Amino acid sequence: MMARLAALLLTLLALPAFAEEKIVIGLSQDEVAISASFTGSEILIFGAIRREVPLPTDSTLGVLITLSGPQVPLSVWRKERRLGIWVNTEQVEVDLAPSYYAVASSGPMNEVLMDIEDVRHSISVPRAIRAVGVGIAGSESFIEALIRIREKEGTYQILEGAIDLEQDTLFRTSVSMPSDLIEGDYVTRIFLTRDGIVIDEFDTVIPVNKVGLERWLYELANEFPFVYGLLAIAIAMISGWGASAAFAALRR
Amino acid sequence: MQIYLPIAEVSVNIWMLLGLGGIVGILSGMFGVGGGFLITPLLFFVGIPPAVAVATGANQIVASSFSAVLTHIRRRAVDFPMGTVLLIGGLIGSAFGIVVFNYLKALGQVDLLVQLCYVVFLGIVGGLMFIESVNAIRRSRKGARPTARRKHNWVHNLPFKMKFRVSGLYISVIPPLLVGMSVGILAAIMGVGGGFIMVPAMIYLLGMPTKVVIGTSLFQIIFVTGFTTMLHAITNQTVDIVLALFLLVGGVIGAQVGSRLGARLNAEQLRILLAALVLLVCLKLGIDLILAPDELFTVVGAVK
Repeated sequence: MMARLAALLLTLLALPAFAEEKIVIGLSQDEVAISASFTGSEILIFGAIRREVPLPTDSTLGVLITLSGPQVPLSVWRKERRLGIWVNTEQVEVDLAPSYYAVASSGPMNEVLMDIEDVRHSISVPRAIRAVGVGIAGSESFIEALIRIREKEGTYQILEGAIDLEQDTLFRTSVSMPSDLIEGDYVTRIFLTRDGIVIDEFDTVIPVNKVGLERWLYELANEFPFVYGLLAIAIAMISGWGASAAFAALRR
Repeated sequence: MQIYLPIAEVSVNIWMLLGLGGIVGILSGMFGVGGGFLITPLLFFVGIPPAVAVATGANQIVASSFSAVLTHIRRRAVDFPMGTVLLIGGLIGSAFGIVVFNYLKALGQVDLLVQLCYVVFLGIVGGLMFIESVNAIRRSRKGARPTARRKHNWVHNLPFKMKFRVSGLYISVIPPLLVGMSVGILAAIMGVGGGFIMVPAMIYLLGMPTKVVIGTSLFQIIFVTGFTTMLHAITNQTVDIVLALFLLVGGVIGAQVGSRLGARLNAEQLRILLAALVLLVCLKLGIDLILAPDELFTVVGAVK
């Protein structure tokens, strides 16, 4: 009992010291514009740790950065062989999964982040995916498959050790965003940890928007679908006629 | 050179899109098929989301078919009354087909059904055409005159007869209506214009001359795919004009080249080539169904 009290007292004493360390950050760009020539984007996230106390030496410092696209529901299907052909047989519905997710850390994930903190802040990829029906036998394999497929596509990125942390004060990393981004607010979170415990968090949002012709067409398609459809057909007919006329003229 | 597509939300290479459009355009002009059975799977392959691929494929086919049909009209190879009858059947069929499509989408089995439809219909149509064309060529090589087509069968005993002057036919409107309808249903489910089913059906079921068949099929396809484009634009917002533009610039040029190539070949050669192509696509899709896939799992996004 006394030992536990003492431990509690120690952590209480220790916490304020941790809280003295604060994140100050900068981004290479605070928005992403998707134009016709968009081929993906590289975002540089950098920052510093401000502290009002001398650098603690009794614990290790860690930095984690996550960048998350809009959350969307989806389902994962599994194929099985039935009567000689491969058929979708089972599915697991995922409540919300980020359309894009990158997580970078300054060291091995299990060293800079404790499991309990991961659960609290949903930092690692599996924690960022919220699935119902987890507990149905074998649903873990569906979530694993989702992560595997998306990692292959480059829409989920696990960048262990990708953050350069210099002198426990300056940190920087770059995260690449693929060309097939969807529009929305991309939430950037930066976590500062001491011995795997989160001591400070900094959140910011990077809006990703279509611009110019891309924006205009997208809005037309969604707000005036009938006009958009007619436009699509008109363009088709005109270019069809144009090519036919041009070739007829060439032959003469 | 890359371009970002506003509706598909992916970035793709411009030259690849022009090339895809061009290949499909050549086929369209040569055989009177819309080319949807090629363009749709090809777009999947380059990473366009399936819903966008189906809708935009339809839009692209409007352009290449329109371009090609103008050439056929100049050559007086379009039977407008027959095309109209087929079209009426086609629109009824595709409206019904979309209902079936949405029902199966809810069951999660639509991909399989689409693939099975492709394999079965491409297999039957391609196989029959291939055998028939090989026999025809063999007969003409032996020097024997091609056997005359049976002038009278059950098709000619049905009511509501109509004269189709360009095709040289005097038959009931019921068979072309039924042909149009069944093609319409399949077109909506498979996301294609249905030319590859329409062309042989017109040749073998209705007994139309091959040269007229192509123009008439194209005429019909313009409207069916136009209807499909509108429907997708209104219900799903999945038509990507930018994607369609690049496909169709390649497509209309290809269609012109194709319809001139087609005029140089004789009917049997044309049919055997189309049959071989259809069988090739069928084989590829069939193998994909039977072989164990690399990835057993698929991620299906929510309906946009």
